[in-house]
Amino acid sequence: MKELERARWRCRRGLLELDIVLQRFMDRHYSQLSDKDLQQFSTLLDLSDNDLWDMVTSRKEPEDASIRPLLEILQAV
Amino acid sequence: MAIARRKFDAVIVGAGGAGMRAALQLSEAGLKVAVLSKVFPTRSHTVAAQGGIAAALGNVTEDNWHWHMYDTVKGSDYLGDQDAIEFMCRQANEVVYELEHFGMPFDRLENGKIYQRPFGGQSQNFGGAQATRSCAAADRTGHAMLHTLYQRNVRANTQFFIEWMGLDLIRDEQGDVLGVTAMEMETGEVMVLQAKATLFATGGAGRIFQASTNAFINTGDGLGMSARAGIPLEDMEFWQFHPTGVYGVGVLISEAVRGEGGYLLNKDGERFMQRYAPHAKDLAGRDVVSRALTMEIKEGRGCGKDADHLLLKLDHLGADVINMRLPGIREIAIKFAQVDPINEPIPVVPTAHYMMGGIPTNFHGQVVAPYKTGPEEVVRGFYAVGECACVSVHGANRLGTNSLLDIIVFGRAAGNQIIEDLKKSPHHKPLPADVADRTLARLARLEGQKGGESVAQVGATLRKTMQAHCGVFRFADMLKEGVTKIGEVAEQAAQTEIKDKSKVFNTARIEALELDNLAEVALATMVSAEARNESRGAHARDDFPERDDEKWLKHTLYFRTGRRLDYKPVRLKPMTVESFPPKPRVY
Repeated sequence: MKELERARWRCRRGLLELDIVLQRFMDRHYSQLSDKDLQQFSTLLDLSDNDLWDMVTSRKEPEDASIRPLLEILQAV
Repeated sequence: MAIARRKFDAVIVGAGGAGMRAALQLSEAGLKVAVLSKVFPTRSHTVAAQGGIAAALGNVTEDNWHWHMYDTVKGSDYLGDQDAIEFMCRQANEVVYELEHFGMPFDRLENGKIYQRPFGGQSQNFGGAQATRSCAAADRTGHAMLHTLYQRNVRANTQFFIEWMGLDLIRDEQGDVLGVTAMEMETGEVMVLQAKATLFATGGAGRIFQASTNAFINTGDGLGMSARAGIPLEDMEFWQFHPTGVYGVGVLISEAVRGEGGYLLNKDGERFMQRYAPHAKDLAGRDVVSRALTMEIKEGRGCGKDADHLLLKLDHLGADVINMRLPGIREIAIKFAQVDPINEPIPVVPTAHYMMGGIPTNFHGQVVAPYKTGPEEVVRGFYAVGECACVSVHGANRLGTNSLLDIIVFGRAAGNQIIEDLKKSPHHKPLPADVADRTLARLARLEGQKGGESVAQVGATLRKTMQAHCGVFRFADMLKEGVTKIGEVAEQAAQTEIKDKSKVFNTARIEALELDNLAEVALATMVSAEARNESRGAHARDDFPERDDEKWLKHTLYFRTGRRLDYKPVRLKPMTVESFPPKPRVY
């Protein structure tokens, strides 16, 4: 229940950079995510702002390589 | 309706650097502390502070706190309270060493001491050569600070209420503050959090502007709650515009770029800052640089097809310096401006960045207001720290790296003051019978609203109005019209309607409640700006281009009731040293 709202709220970050990127992602891609994607997205949102930002800007590789396809969408928005 | 109640020694609203520094002081003293935060603490906006924390350690070049104090007073355009500024600058070294001791990973010099870099507005010997005063952890000082403080707080048993939003301040008939009402987002339930001490550390409210460097959470919740409870807001006309926001999106490019040797160019390839600040050039105060950019654009020397931005050049620093000292900046430029600064300059414009005004406090973090007999009477039980507070160390304009210092010095000071105050009044005062009435009425209004306005639309109108009528340069007719317009926006904000009325995780309701706070901040800003007939620091009036110390060397106090203004004197007398009398502010 209310998974969209929960995700939207957890896209509220300390960095405006992430606010903007995550809002674009929510608007353009969230509704098309598979269950597996949703779970991975939730894992990404649990990261600290700078870790997540490092991955969005390709400065850091994710520990779990299976998350890469989702990350690539985030990197492109 | 029965409302759940919980009791704490202290309730802190906001879990950024200021709130967590205060919480740590209290929890380590054995007090029972609740910290409320709309988002997970390490996602507070403090995380965005890149530049560093100012302290006259003198690790790179000679320095002392008195020079730092002079720079801060001058930077404030003499509106800063000199007792609070002396207090802050004198404590800087101690609080930085304390953070080091807490485990904060500062950059180091080869000799093992904390690395320091130069920053805009910092001078040696009272306005002489550039000083080197900023202590940093790469370009992630705020991030390092938040994580350090969060871990210490967890260890000290601070109780965090995450995804909770403060709604209203609880005051009794004597005006004493007894806690807050708050909403848990997960359940939508309202709770009374009763406290012997209530501290607001809710940060800024930059989201009142269309172009802003602030994160979406910065909606001025503490200011809205204070204003609704009859507490005045101080110096709300003073908003710092950061000179280098990425053109089109507002994302900030830190001064560190200019500290490391980057500089600004107009469309003719001219280093125009030499004309505006011959001495400090690109490292002059933020208001000076922001106005210079605005003038260049206004006079047709802007870049791009619309001649509406300037360029920040740093490719001459070389890939090594950019990658090592400024890595985050490179990625921001690539992502939001589609340029790689190793090869190309970054398009920038002045962007709303920091609120100098806020809830009036003294340098112990106690909220002061003229609500009884004196102009600065302590509001018992109420404290405020950080960007939401006006202590006032930044006056009309804040210097870069002084905000991280502000939150740590006054977070700690407020913690110490609360410990002292609670020794004198160790018991909870009884709650008034109408404890949550204001909050419940607000929620009931929102619940029952028919044919109302959309929150997103009213929010967009508010931001557009503030940007157009109350930006970097301010014009008498635009301000006058702005007061009327923002009054209309506030009326619309009081009639918003949400479609989703469910209780569980209702973000539409949260955003409507945030808009109530934005509207209070916007009104206070516009009304205060319209009345101040001078230019000082970040407040630049087209019709009154000069600073007017005879009439306006005073703090504004805005009262929500009747949108009334009052004024109080600037505290020009420092604690121990001679006062710095107002002088023309040239860089």
